[in-house]
Amino acid sequence: MAILQVENLRKNFESLEVLKGISFSLEKGEALSIIGSSGSGKTTLLRCMNFLEMPSSGRIVVNTAAGEHVLYDDQNTKTLSESAIRKNRLHFGLVFQSFNLFPQYTALGNVTLAPRLQAKARPDYKERAAALSREIEERGMALLGQMGLADRAGYYPHQLSGGQQQRVAIARALALEPDILCFDEPTSALDPELTGEVLRVIRGLADKDTTMIIVTHEMTFAHDVSDQVIFMDGGNIVEQGPPAQVLENPREERTRQFLRGYTN
Amino acid sequence: MFAQQFPIVFHSLNVGFVQTLKLFAVTLIGAIPLGLVIAFGSMSRFRPLSILTRTFVWIIRGTPLMLQLIIIYYGPGLMGNNWWGGGEVGRFLASAIAFIINYACYFSEIYRGGIQGVPIGQNEAGQVLGMTKGQIFFRVTLLQMIKRIVPPMSNEIITLVKDTSLARIISLQEVIWAGQSFLKGSQGISGIIWPLFFTGLYYLLFSGILTILLGGLEKRLNYFR
Repeated sequence: MAILQVENLRKNFESLEVLKGISFSLEKGEALSIIGSSGSGKTTLLRCMNFLEMPSSGRIVVNTAAGEHVLYDDQNTKTLSESAIRKNRLHFGLVFQSFNLFPQYTALGNVTLAPRLQAKARPDYKERAAALSREIEERGMALLGQMGLADRAGYYPHQLSGGQQQRVAIARALALEPDILCFDEPTSALDPELTGEVLRVIRGLADKDTTMIIVTHEMTFAHDVSDQVIFMDGGNIVEQGPPAQVLENPREERTRQFLRGYTN
Repeated sequence: MFAQQFPIVFHSLNVGFVQTLKLFAVTLIGAIPLGLVIAFGSMSRFRPLSILTRTFVWIIRGTPLMLQLIIIYYGPGLMGNNWWGGGEVGRFLASAIAFIINYACYFSEIYRGGIQGVPIGQNEAGQVLGMTKGQIFFRVTLLQMIKRIVPPMSNEIITLVKDTSLARIISLQEVIWAGQSFLKGSQGISGIIWPLFFTGLYYLLFSGILTILLGGLEKRLNYFR
């Protein structure tokens, strides 16, 4: 059973239909890249899965070791309570194009803030506060180390380069141990010479079988790390399959047309 | 002459300045939180509430504080129910209410700018990390908002120091009133104008201290951008 199943997902803003019935599934440990021109609905799709936008209709189901969890189903969950949405979101992590680090916290503070707040909600928090805090801190340091930023833990975001900031943002998303990690054009806001370090980190996560959805314009990268590629256009999935097929031998004329823009 | 007058005048002005400081402090204590309530009202997605709040802010910011003081102090009496009484306590209460409402409206606009100036991405980052609305406000946006509003708030606070003198219009016995009393005659002294000029030093000194304190706060928030 797939870890994520999206069925006939639609989203309109007023009369504008941005997603016109998106269906796909993702297996645990797989990396899925979503490509397509701007305005094709890629980002909206990610935002719907993270409930930054409420889908208009369709179904989103997550299936983990803890069991099946229907996050959204237009048949019976038209409206979700705020706490239900918060619970849904924890299945996903999201790394933004513009990093969105919290400027008043250090790199480590950014990574540990949400885990700390969650620890406070635990029933045994009072007795174990010190131990929990230490665990969270150690885990945060380990994550920063994994991102190659152990020596930057005490730096504030404005003291870090764009590539370093984005790696902190990845560590921050990983700190909550999401089932699926989403990237929304993670390198688009970076200088070309800084994209490499971020892509290397994401590649490292793919090698460790992290389940990921990556919206990207980096075709070579998508080709190398993905198990699946989806090409979107005008709110529809035009083509979907292994990278060798979609990126090297696309079946659809629209896909070929889009990819031609990258080979030149 | 001067050597005999000075201690008497100095004491009177000090008493008046204490009243000035009280009005200043009470206004800040009341207007800082009330301004936040008004800011949320004017940003409300519930249209009738936001229209009502914005209209209220327009009226308060669009008319002189002096007029508002007069209406609040004399209004009830003209309608046949002078609940302020004739004493200094009533005058102080009326002044405090007028100042709190007036400054809360100005503060609310500064807050609104501060809140809306925090990038939406900060809010979204908090959301995808499973934080509640309260956690996002207190842990993420509040400090960024404070950093943004400190310079314009400092400006308003310095203005408030001097605006407190407007309460003179309803005879609140603040420092200008105290200085002026020696013109007309008080405690056996009359016809001297230097006490009135001397009050300027109180304002200068106090706004100088505030400038240093608020500048210090601004600097302390410089550790992030």
